[in-house]
Amino acid sequence: MSEFLQQTVNGLAWGSIYALIALGYTMVYGVLRLINFAHGDVYMIGAMTGYYAGNLITRGLPAGAAFPVVLACSMAVCGVLGFLIERAAYRPLRNAPRINSLITAIGVSLLLEFGGQLLFGADPKVFPPLIPEQPLFEIGGAVIGRIQAVIFAVALVLMAVLRFIVVKTRLGKAMRAVSFSHVASQLVGVPLDTVVSFTFVLGSMLAGAGGVLVGIANPKVEPLMGIMPGLKAFVAAVLGGIGNIPGALAGGLLMGLSETYVVGYVSSTYRDALAFVLLILILLVRPGGLFGKSVSDKV
Amino acid sequence: MGILRKPVSVIAAGILACWVVQEFATPWINPYHLQILNTIGIAAVMAVSLNLITGHTGQFSLGHAGFMALGAYASAAFTVHLNPDALGLVPILPDWAWRPLFFVTALAAGGATAALAGLIVGIPTLRLKGDYLAIATLGLGEIIRVIVLNLEFVGGARGFTGIPESSNFFWIFSALLVLTVLMARGVYSLKGLAFLAVREDEVAARSVGINTTRYKVLAFVLGSFWAGVGGGLFAHLNTYLHTNSFGFLKSVEYVVMVVLGGLGSITGSLVAAALLTLLPELLRIASEWRMIFYALLLVVMMILWPRGLMGQRELRWIRRVKP
Repeated sequence: MSEFLQQTVNGLAWGSIYALIALGYTMVYGVLRLINFAHGDVYMIGAMTGYYAGNLITRGLPAGAAFPVVLACSMAVCGVLGFLIERAAYRPLRNAPRINSLITAIGVSLLLEFGGQLLFGADPKVFPPLIPEQPLFEIGGAVIGRIQAVIFAVALVLMAVLRFIVVKTRLGKAMRAVSFSHVASQLVGVPLDTVVSFTFVLGSMLAGAGGVLVGIANPKVEPLMGIMPGLKAFVAAVLGGIGNIPGALAGGLLMGLSETYVVGYVSSTYRDALAFVLLILILLVRPGGLFGKSVSDKV
Repeated sequence: MGILRKPVSVIAAGILACWVVQEFATPWINPYHLQILNTIGIAAVMAVSLNLITGHTGQFSLGHAGFMALGAYASAAFTVHLNPDALGLVPILPDWAWRPLFFVTALAAGGATAALAGLIVGIPTLRLKGDYLAIATLGLGEIIRVIVLNLEFVGGARGFTGIPESSNFFWIFSALLVLTVLMARGVYSLKGLAFLAVREDEVAARSVGINTTRYKVLAFVLGSFWAGVGGGLFAHLNTYLHTNSFGFLKSVEYVVMVVLGGLGSITGSLVAAALLTLLPELLRIASEWRMIFYALLLVVMMILWPRGLMGQRELRWIRRVKP
């Protein structure tokens, strides 16, 4: 039982990182109907920035202060990167057929991956130990470590901030309007380009935070690390219902939990296939995702 | 004029020509060049078959290498484990007759396996919009990889060795010829217009009575079948298989071929398959820049030149038959 609880805690920690990445996918899909394949690589850049920032900038800082600075650096770099990607690669194709944007997204993703290999080197790097691991408290035999506590805390705070932005602010309202209809929102004066840029910046910052959280939990970072988590986070977004923010959260947690259970109780070799089996099952049973609703085409 | 008028005689003449080249010309070709030529042929089979799914029908598949892997493993398992020697049988037919027959059966088995997988994945995902297909096919590639790594009778994680070297110039280019002629015949026929209609506008296609899901699944299953055949040819050319040869990047390479050639142009796929197979050979020195070059090519091409080399045009000999 205590083992099961421990697996659950580990799964929730992984799941909240998936959820952070999945939120970026779901928001971009919401406003542009585009699978941003480069999102997983933005998360990789977040982890890489964390690695360099952790080693270079924060060397003199006390242990407690280093982590927030590194997190802020990664989020800032990823925010700028997300803005640039949208501006340079996706905006010229805003009105092009969907397939062209998808291919561009793959191109951007490959560019970041292999550009990253040239820039950072292909070998894995060891993330600096920003948070010294130490068991904090115990529930029914399951130990929650300091790193996991930080992951939960950061993920919760960021999601609360995101929820506040989307629900309470003018920009959030504009985002929801754009995801409802491009044309209608422009007619009532919503600045489409600004809203789309803002969505990319927001989503990329969350991915950057996810990168740093992965770095402290699992300290090997390398340029191709974003591919699998990116795909799984996308599957998590589809599981929850793509375009739906609470859905991305639920999908991410579900994905993290089921993966940890499979590794713990079945075999680690099936870990990478699980996400896609889940995807195909969910598409068979509930194509709109758990929280989504299927919409039929109108002419 | 045009190969579409008399497909049977064109195929027969072409296969004969391939046989003549195989028998009389290949011994004089530099083995390295022959290897490149054969690689181009297999890439062309993959590109033309993917073009049916992505170019003509407008469905974005990112798992073409996965279907290729299925075909490769299935046909290799067929020739290794089900050949008459392994089963302890003596073929009734003379050697020169049953060997080609056996190889064709193996290729067909590979194609059929891939087509079956295509059907299973295609039916749920093709009811939805194209994006889901991309991600589901990508996932399928991953599922196939994990399953193959756990299957001992195809070598598991060590890779599959000891596949007979049955594939050669004759087989590869005959397959390519058959595929090209059938594809041109099919897509540019009156019924084939339904594929193009699905690509252009699904809602409009449905409203004129086209069963869009049926045509999407049909294109997907046929494309997967030929990807499986391509995989079978690949397996029996290299005589060794490992799942690493069929990763996501391989699928992307085929997508790049189709897009560079022009979505919906068979000629374009052929040209692009040749170009993009030759290019890395010429750029061997700059190998680490190759993928960056690919990536930039994709982005820049989509922005500046979204229709590819040929657009939707074809060379004259492959053009539509006037009714």
